[in-house]
Amino acid sequence: MELSKEQCREIIARRVAKEVKEGDVITLGIGLPTEVANYIPHNIHVIFQSENGMTGVGHRDLSAPENPKVINAGGLAVTTRPGAVFFDTSMAFTIIRGGHVDATVLGALQVDEEGNLANWMIPGVLVPGMGGAMDLVVGAKKVIIAMEHTSKGRPRIVKKCSIPLTAQHEVDMIVTERCVIDVTPQGLVLKEINPNFSLEKILASTDANLIIPDYLTQKAG
Amino acid sequence: MKKIISVSEAAKLIKSNSSVMIGGFLRCGTPVKIIDELINNKTGNLTLIANDTSYPDYDRGKLIVNKLVKKVIAAHIGTNPETGRQMHAGELEVQLVPMGTLVERIRSAGAGLGGFLTPTGIGTMVEEGKETIEIDGKKYLLEKPLKADVAIVYATKADKFGNAFLDGTTRNFNPVMATAAETVILEADEICDEPLNPAEVTIPGLFIDYIAV
Repeated sequence: MELSKEQCREIIARRVAKEVKEGDVITLGIGLPTEVANYIPHNIHVIFQSENGMTGVGHRDLSAPENPKVINAGGLAVTTRPGAVFFDTSMAFTIIRGGHVDATVLGALQVDEEGNLANWMIPGVLVPGMGGAMDLVVGAKKVIIAMEHTSKGRPRIVKKCSIPLTAQHEVDMIVTERCVIDVTPQGLVLKEINPNFSLEKILASTDANLIIPDYLTQKAG
Repeated sequence: MKKIISVSEAAKLIKSNSSVMIGGFLRCGTPVKIIDELINNKTGNLTLIANDTSYPDYDRGKLIVNKLVKKVIAAHIGTNPETGRQMHAGELEVQLVPMGTLVERIRSAGAGLGGFLTPTGIGTMVEEGKETIEIDGKKYLLEKPLKADVAIVYATKADKFGNAFLDGTTRNFNPVMATAAETVILEADEICDEPLNPAEVTIPGLFIDYIAV
């Protein structure tokens, strides 16, 4: 079965949401990672932090005026949740770099076997700037990469990143529509597979070596 | 009491070829009126220090589109395609700095520090040309202070002492930039006759040289 882009995004966001625990301070990247918030159960209290200067980020505020005074890091007007706080950029990065964020969820262009991450530029093609991403991956206690497994059919989980890095050895977990991977000192460990995909197909669409626990080969066999 | 001047007088304090810090995160909390006057005056060859270059049709983004900037020091330029185009065409020098490093470099300048050590950027392009220092077995980059000739900062409201309140997420780089420039101009949406409640002040007025309305 071929999954649509929307289905892929929902599978990824739902799975990442399961990693979130009561009381966690979470920073979500722009795009797919933002959707994780939609799948966190209402009985779990989470503090969403945004690098532009707030905790307690709520939903998008479609009633906001043309030039709103409360935005998220993507520039969109948002609401505040009970307990929300505003602060300046200096405080935002004290929170981010100082180890006060429990988990960050970000997209990636490439992730490699050593947990190196490239997600901020493609030389000569795309140079948007790193924004707060370099600080986030260095400072957050847990770095979760949420992305579609391949880009235009090409693997994104590679042996070694070929484009400029965002940070070295900082990724802890990779969640795609096909599988969940833990980054360990021994290498990338395949943790779960989406039953819609065979182990062979996952391996064929992954450039990096994956360590496959026995329980997955038995299930697949 | 601070000198209250018009937006037009404020813009004239900013000279071509100077370095200018401008507050704002995308379109939020940015001094739009002074920027428009800079464009009218064609104040050019500026070094722009800001979080980002906004969008082509808004605030800092318009300075880029009108080719008034020779160098940008920012964390993000992706929302303004014109910045990227001028950079690739060799018309504009762009120095990209991680956001947390950018704000801390400005804070260092304003706080009298000679710089700081950060793990951000280790093992990346950001490390190039910088000193690496190991503390207790962990590597850090030495990042140096960043100051400017002028800072233009935004406030939701200010009193005549220059004390400023910034609502919502309009704070962003504004308070830290107000500490790190030779001349600091505050553009306030509203000037209050009565002093602000001291507990409500986001930027202490002592940092502000001029209030523009």
